[in-house]
Amino acid sequence: MTLRLLEAPLDEPSLAINAALAARWLEAFLRDEMLVRRGIGKAILGLSGGIDSALVAYLCARALGPENVYAIRMPYRTSSPSSLSDAQRIVDALGIHGETIEITDAVDGYLKHASDADPRRKGNVMARMRMLVLFDQSARRGALPVGTGNKTERLMGYFTWHADDTPPVNPIGDLYKTQVWALARHLGVPNEVVDKPPSADLEANQTDESDLGITYARADRILNLILLGYKDDAIVARGHDVAEVRLVRRRLDATHWKRHLPTTALVSDTAINEFYLRPVDL
Amino acid sequence: MLAALIQFKPRKGDVPANLATMRAIFEQLAPKGPELIVFPEAALTGYFLEGAVYELAVDAPTMAQRVDEQWRASGAAAPCDVVAGFYENVAGTFHNSAIYVRCGEPDGVHIVHVHRKMFLPTYGVFDEERFLTRGRRLATFETPFGTAAILICEDAWHAIMPTIAALKGARLIIVPSASPGRGLCGGDELESNTRWKAILSSAAAEHGVYVLYAGLTGFEGGKGMSGGTCAFSPRGDLLQSAGPLEPCIITVTLDRQEVDLARATIPLLGDLSAVLPDLWLDDEIPVMRRLEETP
Repeated sequence: MTLRLLEAPLDEPSLAINAALAARWLEAFLRDEMLVRRGIGKAILGLSGGIDSALVAYLCARALGPENVYAIRMPYRTSSPSSLSDAQRIVDALGIHGETIEITDAVDGYLKHASDADPRRKGNVMARMRMLVLFDQSARRGALPVGTGNKTERLMGYFTWHADDTPPVNPIGDLYKTQVWALARHLGVPNEVVDKPPSADLEANQTDESDLGITYARADRILNLILLGYKDDAIVARGHDVAEVRLVRRRLDATHWKRHLPTTALVSDTAINEFYLRPVDL
Repeated sequence: MLAALIQFKPRKGDVPANLATMRAIFEQLAPKGPELIVFPEAALTGYFLEGAVYELAVDAPTMAQRVDEQWRASGAAAPCDVVAGFYENVAGTFHNSAIYVRCGEPDGVHIVHVHRKMFLPTYGVFDEERFLTRGRRLATFETPFGTAAILICEDAWHAIMPTIAALKGARLIIVPSASPGRGLCGGDELESNTRWKAILSSAAAEHGVYVLYAGLTGFEGGKGMSGGTCAFSPRGDLLQSAGPLEPCIITVTLDRQEVDLARATIPLLGDLSAVLPDLWLDDEIPVMRRLEETP
């Protein structure tokens, strides 16, 4: 007689989220961090037409009311027209304030003094110009800039330092991209926005996944295992491709600095954030 | 005994504002005649203070006085017992403590007990041991309901703590807590709250004790305190629970007979008392080895 063998698979924590719970949690975060802590009831964000900023617009509208959300489109001359129309789709669906401020003149005004700038440098200039505009518009309207970077791009270092990561609050920075997709679908972000390939839209036909060299779905699972402490061989044993595991770990390890404030030389026993320790909300 | 558990949302570091909220809660509850009111860990300051703990910590008499003043100002006719978590300054040594006081007595406030948190989480998002000193004793104390013990947050995650409390006679375990909510991948509640309920239910059912849990709520610098205030019967049944996000009050009536019945039905605590000496003499238990190695 042979008994039935019930073999437990290697454990891999799921990234599936309870989207309704996530929405309630993140909306409460926005209300507490903005209204309760800072006394600011208006949010402003850069609306690119992509899923991350669309999701943040939905969360802000639900948390603060659509009349208190300002969405700024900041196209450069090479930006895709579909990005603009997708952003408008979000503005119309939510009834939030929408405005378009071209950054072409400002960016080109600088770039004419930097004729050797490659696409990466140009992209960084655009990202930093957008944040300059966003913060000035926030001062104009008494609205708090809200960040739209997700956990995957933060971990992969796929953002411009002191640009995309600058806003003082970010409701989706601890959500992997696949979780952003799930939450966006739950909240009713239009399919045209949810289903299109994510793109930084700095060049024609650019996509995040071609830039990163891996799909978000696979990168998220590998990142999650790395952050939970699994070594490469344990991740590969769970069915992941060894080259992709190395790629993800290399990007993660090479970009720790982008997730920190500038490194400051410590010379006293009152060094800020080393000895002088205060929570951000006190 | 009518107990009220407060899911409290403090303003960070604003003690006067939080005392005013405490007073408003007392005013709401006073007509119901509660005999015990439980506030969460670090209720009057918020939890994540880092270096500011040295500015906001007070000694136990000051904390007792603050709580008693609110109870007296609430217009309550009768005395009431109150538990509240606070950062305690003991002559320059700082603890994460919870005080049990009897408020509204003619001769002033009575400090019944102060528990100093023994397990200070210092991992991940937590950094308590960098700023605080751990308590050294888990003591029980007498209340109108009977013998009780306080466990603060991680204290309750170590199964040996409610076990020791029960072995010392506790029929009621009070758990003030401040738990940053984590885990969106579970069912209808935060995974951290699901785990809390499992731990508390298990402690109640194994030892035949009431377990009363009061949690902070509200966000502190992005970290959302997960509320989850709840009460478990001595059989381990969930009597009432709150969600993660809203300040609220849970009331629960404690019945001494429920403790007796639970222990009579499943006498695990009695069994443990009988077997414990054999376990304690087991020289394979690491703590015993260390004691023997001590010169």
